[in-house]
Amino acid sequence: MITIDWNAFTPWSALAGGALIGLATVILLLLNGRIAGISGIVGGLFGRAAGETGWRLTFTLGLLAGPALWAAFHTLPPIQIEADYPLLVVAGLLVGLGTRYASGCTSGHGVCGLSRLSPRSLVATLMFMGAGFTTVYVTRHLLGG
Amino acid sequence: MHQSKLSLISAFAAGLVFSLGLLASGMANPEKVLGFLDLAGVWDPSLALVMAGAIGVGLPVFQLVGARREKWRGLSLIGENIQLPTRRDIDRPLVIGSLVFGIGWGLAGFCPGPAIVATGAGAIKAVIFTAAMLAGMGIFHLLSRRQASV
Repeated sequence: MITIDWNAFTPWSALAGGALIGLATVILLLLNGRIAGISGIVGGLFGRAAGETGWRLTFTLGLLAGPALWAAFHTLPPIQIEADYPLLVVAGLLVGLGTRYASGCTSGHGVCGLSRLSPRSLVATLMFMGAGFTTVYVTRHLLGG
Repeated sequence: MHQSKLSLISAFAAGLVFSLGLLASGMANPEKVLGFLDLAGVWDPSLALVMAGAIGVGLPVFQLVGARREKWRGLSLIGENIQLPTRRDIDRPLVIGSLVFGIGWGLAGFCPGPAIVATGAGAIKAVIFTAAMLAGMGIFHLLSRRQASV
């Protein structure tokens, strides 16, 4: 049985924030003609393909600048990171390698790919969601976190 | 204004809006993401609604662009080439890579977008994660380049 955490569940801000993310993918698609997949945009910087580096850099700068713009009007929402440094390094390496081998992450496959009704992205999304659920089950409930 | 300059500005705007969306939805917070991935604990379904909101906006436009692309001669509104993925095969790197990504995601609660946004917010642990993630991406680049040259 699944028990919903009604205190933590934030349906309206989740939907509104999600719509903003969707809007961002639409801006990049309609204007730049590109997929807003973060791992592809950032990881693609290593390749330095002609004509592809500039927009990738400014997109990444936009991501980095978001909190400063937010903080100019509001206090920033909490960012709680439980993992210790060694775990962060291991997790970061896995996320970097995995998303590049999979040609996408939560944004590229999960949002853009599913919006394109891509079978590859559906498989990728089911795989990383399944692995995420399983990993948290193991660390929090089997190993006791 | 020169076309490519415009594309730099629109990409910055897209990144900024993406970042604000992650902050507004709570997804820049790993603890909230882990609350979604923890099905066996008390479950926070928020991430599912973030996906629904994003796809609800994205899907009609992606479908429209897919349908009109030839009519637009493959060009975006500011004259950039529209580049959409064409592959449809389910191969090993897609499956194994996604599983590896999912394990890392479950360990720290960070995927690439939120990690970069949290880095922008100045969270030191996010900087560590992002540095390791970039290292992983760099390793992939070196390995795939070596493979390509064999």
